[in-house]
Amino acid sequence: MTEKITRKQIDRRWIFLFMFIGVALPLIFTIGFPIETSENSEIVYDLIDNTPSGSKVILSFDYDPASMPELHPMAEAVMRHCFRKKIKVIVTALWPMGVQMAEDTFSQLKADFPDVSYGRDYVNMGFKAGGIVTLQAMGKNFREVFPKDMNGTPIDELPIMDGINNFNNINFILAFSAGDPGIKQWVQIAHDTYGITVSGGVTGVSAPAVIPYVNEQKQLTGLLAGLKGAAEYERLTKEPGSATKGMDAQSIAHMIIILFIAIGNINYWRNKAKEKRGA
Amino acid sequence: MEHFFSVLGIWLGALFTFAIFSFLYKDNPFYKVAEQIFVGLSAGYWFVYTIFFILIPNLFDPISQDIGANWIKLFPAALGIMMLMRLIPKTEWVSRFPIALIIGTTSGIFFLRYLKSDVINQLTATMINPFAGSDPVTIIGQLMLVIGTITGVIYFYFSKKHEGAFGVTAKIGIYFLMISFGAAFGYTAMARISLLIGRLQFLLGDWLGIISP
Repeated sequence: MTEKITRKQIDRRWIFLFMFIGVALPLIFTIGFPIETSENSEIVYDLIDNTPSGSKVILSFDYDPASMPELHPMAEAVMRHCFRKKIKVIVTALWPMGVQMAEDTFSQLKADFPDVSYGRDYVNMGFKAGGIVTLQAMGKNFREVFPKDMNGTPIDELPIMDGINNFNNINFILAFSAGDPGIKQWVQIAHDTYGITVSGGVTGVSAPAVIPYVNEQKQLTGLLAGLKGAAEYERLTKEPGSATKGMDAQSIAHMIIILFIAIGNINYWRNKAKEKRGA
Repeated sequence: MEHFFSVLGIWLGALFTFAIFSFLYKDNPFYKVAEQIFVGLSAGYWFVYTIFFILIPNLFDPISQDIGANWIKLFPAALGIMMLMRLIPKTEWVSRFPIALIIGTTSGIFFLRYLKSDVINQLTATMINPFAGSDPVTIIGQLMLVIGTITGVIYFYFSKKHEGAFGVTAKIGIYFLMISFGAAFGYTAMARISLLIGRLQFLLGDWLGIISP
C-alpha cells in the first residue's frame, strides 16, 4: 500500500471499494441470477438420493471456521438431504474444530427434523488426531479408533453404531474438506485401499487439486466445489439456503474482476503502443 | 445473561472484522491490535486443545487407567519428550532421533499411498478409449484429457531439447498448463470472494439485521 502509484495505475483501494459495494449490494437487493448445476454436483446428489433409507454413512467435517462460508452451506444441504432420505449419519472430524462445525450444522437442522434422534439417526464421534494413519486404523477397526462419541458415551451404547466395525459397514463416505488432512486422505485410504465410495465437498482453492480424482476410476464420486457447488446442491434439493443467496454477489464480484482485468490489459497494450510510437 | 454474551460476541466479531478490513486502506493501530489478539488467542487455543483433546485422551487417560494394556503408548510419549529436548541447546541432538523416525515412517507411508492414488490410478484413468463416448462433447472432453496429459508430461521431459515435433508437442503442453493455471486462478478468486460474502452476510445479517442470516 505504501508503494508509489504512477499516473498509469489505479490505486488498488478503488478496486477494494468496488468489490465491497459489488458484493454488499446484491446481498441486500436480491437479483436472482440462474444457477446451472454441473455434472459433478449431480453425481453427489444422485449418490445420496439413490442410497436406501436406513443406510449408514460417514460425513467427515475436516474444516474450521476459516472455511465456513464455503463449506458450511454444503454441509447443511447434504446433511438435510441425508435426514430427508432417512439415512443415518455418523460424523467424524480430522480437524479439531470440525466437531463444532458438525454440531452447528446439526443444531440448525434440528427444528426441521424433530424425529432425528442423537445416537439412533445421528452421532458425532468427535475429532481424532493422526490424519492418514487414523484413517488406516479406522479401516481396520473403527471401534478401536472411536471407542466413545464426543460426549464420552461408549460406542456400544449408541444404537447407530450397531454392526459398525470398519469401512465395510458404511455405505459411503462424504468429506467436507479445507485441506490436509482431508478428502485426499479419504480417497487414498477409504477408496484406493478399502474400495469404499468416497465423495465430498471442498473449498474453491483446493478444487483444482481434487477434481482429477473424479475420473474413470471413480476415486471420487462427484465433487462439490466451493460456494458454487453448495448453491448447485441447494438447487438440486430444491431448498435454497445461504449459498444460493450468496451467488448473486459472487457473480457480480466475478464481473468486477473480469472488468478490471480487461481495463488492465487495455491499459497495458495502450501504453506499449505509446512507447513504441515514442521510440 | 446468555443473550448478553451472544450480543457481545456479535459486536466483537463485527468490530474485529472492521479492524482487519481497515488494513485494506492502510496499516493502522486497529489492525495491529486485532492481529496480535488473534495470534495470542490462536496460540492459547491450540495449547489448551493439544493438552485436553490429544494428550489427555490418547496418552494420560489410557496409561493412568490401565498401564498393562497401554504400555506401548509410553514409546511415543518418550519420543515426544525427546523432541522437546531441542529447546535446551546442550540436549538438542536428542531430538534428531524422533525427527528421523517421523521422516522415515512418513515417507514410507506416503510413498505407497501417493504411488497408488496419484500415479497408478491417475494413469489408469487416462488410459481410456477417447472415442467411446455417447455424445460429441464427451468424446472431445476425453480427447482433451488424453492429449493434455501426454503433452503436459512431455513438457516436463528435459533430457531432450524442445525442438521440432517434440518442441511443438511441448508447446501444446504449455497451453494446457496455462489453461489449468487460469482455471485454478478462477477457483481461487471464487474462494476469496466467498470469504468476503461470508463476512458481509455476518455484518449485514447477524450484526445489522438488514438481511436474513
